Amino acid sequence: MAKVDWPAADKRSLIGKHISRTDGPVKATGAAKYSYDINRPGMLWAKVVTSPHAHAEVVSIDTTAAAAIPGVEAVWHDETLKEVVYVGHIVAAVAARTEEIAQEAIRQVKVQYKVLPHQVVDNNPSLAAGNPAERKAGNVEEALSKADVVVSGEYGIPVITHCCLEAHGEVNEVKGDEMLVWPSTQAVSGYGNQNLAQGGGVAQNKIRVDCQHMGGGFGSKFNFELAPGAKPIAAILSKKTGKPVKLMLDRDLELAIAGNRPSAFAKIKVGASKDGTVTAFDAETWSTGGQGGAFNSGIMPYPLTKVPNVRIIGKRIITNRGGQRAWRAPNHPQACLLTMSALADTAAQLKMDELEFFLHNAALTDRPEVYREELRIAADMLGYKAKAHLRGDPKAGAGPVKRGIGIAIHTWGGLGHNSECDVTISGDGSVEAKIGTQDLGVGTRTCIAQVVGETLGLSLDGVKVEIGKNSPYPPSNGSGGSTTIGGISVSSRKAATDALNALLAVVAPKMGVAADALEAAEGKIRQIEKPHVAMSWNEACALLGKEQITKRGVNVPAESRTAKLIDANVGGVQMADVSVDIETGVVTLNEMVAVQDCGLIVNMKLCESQVYGALIMGVAYGLYEECIYDAKTGRMVNADMEFYRLAGLKDVGKLKVHLMTGPAYESRGIIGIGEPPAISPGAALSNAVANACGVRVPNLPLTPDRVIAALQKGGIA
Amino acid sequence: MTDNNVTSGVSRRGFLKGLGVGTVATGLIPSVAPETEAAEQRPALRGPGEIPITLKINGQNRQLNVEPRVTLLDALRNRLDLTGAKKVCDRGTCGACTVMVDGQPVYSCSMLAVEAEGRMITTVEGLGTPTQMTAVQKAFVKHDAQQCGFCTPGFVMACTAFLSSHPNPTLEEARAGLGGNLCRCGTYAGIMEAVLEAAKKGGA
Repeated sequence: MAKVDWPAADKRSLIGKHISRTDGPVKATGAAKYSYDINRPGMLWAKVVTSPHAHAEVVSIDTTAAAAIPGVEAVWHDETLKEVVYVGHIVAAVAARTEEIAQEAIRQVKVQYKVLPHQVVDNNPSLAAGNPAERKAGNVEEALSKADVVVSGEYGIPVITHCCLEAHGEVNEVKGDEMLVWPSTQAVSGYGNQNLAQGGGVAQNKIRVDCQHMGGGFGSKFNFELAPGAKPIAAILSKKTGKPVKLMLDRDLELAIAGNRPSAFAKIKVGASKDGTVTAFDAETWSTGGQGGAFNSGIMPYPLTKVPNVRIIGKRIITNRGGQRAWRAPNHPQACLLTMSALADTAAQLKMDELEFFLHNAALTDRPEVYREELRIAADMLGYKAKAHLRGDPKAGAGPVKRGIGIAIHTWGGLGHNSECDVTISGDGSVEAKIGTQDLGVGTRTCIAQVVGETLGLSLDGVKVEIGKNSPYPPSNGSGGSTTIGGISVSSRKAATDALNALLAVVAPKMGVAADALEAAEGKIRQIEKPHVAMSWNEACALLGKEQITKRGVNVPAESRTAKLIDANVGGVQMADVSVDIETGVVTLNEMVAVQDCGLIVNMKLCESQVYGALIMGVAYGLYEECIYDAKTGRMVNADMEFYRLAGLKDVGKLKVHLMTGPAYESRGIIGIGEPPAISPGAALSNAVANACGVRVPNLPLTPDRVIAALQKGGIA
Repeated sequence: MTDNNVTSGVSRRGFLKGLGVGTVATGLIPSVAPETEAAEQRPALRGPGEIPITLKINGQNRQLNVEPRVTLLDALRNRLDLTGAKKVCDRGTCGACTVMVDGQPVYSCSMLAVEAEGRMITTVEGLGTPTQMTAVQKAFVKHDAQQCGFCTPGFVMACTAFLSSHPNPTLEEARAGLGGNLCRCGTYAGIMEAVLEAAKKGGA
């Protein structure tokens, strides 16, 4: 395999440019077929029966009445299930000729439960179970006792849910010994696992996965499961009936069981010296991930890895709520909110400007210079100097509407994942790139076309990209951890480079020079030294006759990192400018800026879109989002989109995005972008509200009731 | 529409009067046309099983069988394979299912298919195609007003309808006028640029 690198800035024709996504037209015209849109001949509709109790023993399940309804073709229930542990726990399912009949049939499944005690409260540390996780550095007690100032506070961020617009689910068609499956997934190559194979009674290598478009995942769509531990119901029902089955979750279930980012609450003490240097960080945290894992607070103080004296005690509260799933930058938004709140409260206690405080303490991060540069750029973009004031300063406003600015900083890994790509060049000049990857909305197809086009000197139109299928498409990892663009860019660059070299070997004798004297550019194969001596791309490919060249490129993350094709670890800074009406408690976002580095940017337009999108998602969880549970019934009471509020067009204020470019950043290679900018928004908003109204609103989301309660309580933290 | 299509033996007007919430309920159901006295006629009972109906969609008459309880959205998606309108909230909140009925934007999840009989239905499939996009669709692509794209057809329909009634919107008007649609990926920055540019280019 040829050694590859990225072209220098002045040589790039496609990489790094503002390019519209190639599948934009099919999406904007409704022509794109998502998994939910797949309608197969003779297809049945499945619906699931779920537990109305947060905790119960399953005594009996009687499906007779449901099975007798005309149009119902199969009824299934989980015979192994003895206990349900949250409202929405799947116990049975039906498949019927229409969605309406299926809906009616699930109401006729009679399940007898013996109700058991439940527990859904997650904001009380005394409910924690098991041994807490503990991380210690230095001597935190001694450092706190010697600190010039010690600031204590309690902060929190509730469970939120992903609310993917396309619900979780799939269309499944077991045909003889083969299974065709159209899932809404973040991981096409890994989707056809052993469990799914067993459900459909087929061999694992007989599963054909197809996901051309998917309507959002954000970390919640890695597995086939509708909910953690759930059986592959659509496959089971298709196997039973011999017909294709569509099973997509209804919206209430989608919100209650298919998301769930763990909550995080903390009591924190920060010790600092008079000049603002953080010397000690002492935190006790508690969190729920339902029955699953909870928030990992060990990454605090975040991202101040070099605070010398640290003690973090992380407790986990098991609740009868839907299981947790990864959410855009797992653990980081929580750690950021908790840490940044405590740090901004420390700055306020010291009567130190927040920007100065972060510039000073950037020394305690892994990348001080990056943060300092980004802080200065963000401050310029927001007009920080003219607007900034200390907490409680009359400059916040004389009337009931107070204005304030908040700052947060974050980090993320984002090393490109394992990925393989086949590039095929044919005698008619056509080029095809195939990868078993997926597009969650980042623009995967477009980035592959850019890299292959760049390598072969072609335009985007000259490259056909095929993704969304598992084997025989070359395998690529699931899209998690902001690893996709790094992974697929390297594998496609390598495949295209090798394919080009094979073509040049054919062309070189015809052009009377050695292959290494040739290059592909501007739709031509030409001599590097004499660019006017050229052959058109199509003429060159015609030399292949009926032969094709197919080469496979492989990204091995560690090797590619050494070769500076990809890298990990970025820094980002965000600042929010808000108005708070202290009479009504309403928070209005005026403006938010994001400054982010992510190495070499493949597509500037799509990369900016990721950052804008992350900011908006952050505004939603900062100001509105919360899974509200009723302690008595154990139910999520706002499992619909009216009361589980997302941000709308009128909520997002003015947004500005700046991506770091230039040789110092680009020479690191490609680094993922999807997650980092979603980390800071909640913290920046919380700090801005504290700066505006003079008191800390301890818990997200920053709803009017919380703001009013904090104002009534008073005090700095 | 007229109440001839009402599917129960009770006329809507009589039903609403009975509840004493006529004006409020009319405001909540965007698809309801002004009531007329002619609507007082009692229509024949239809259903409860599947009944044949004809829907005029994108200029074509389409015949299908649906139970009266089937929404226009489910009829489009499940019976006619017109899957551009998406099912997301299914409760008239998110706008992903937006179509136009007699030129007005309507949440198709909140209208019954039988209610749409005799009316002009336009779905996203009736606007442009990938190779011949409308001005709104072109602007969405150019300004990257989409990521996963699941909300996009609904937004395109809402923008198209909005621009036909507000050819020169201000930023604030556009924000309010498109406030009935939600995006999870966060494409609002691109959507605002797209709608303002499409307005300059003469809208739909």
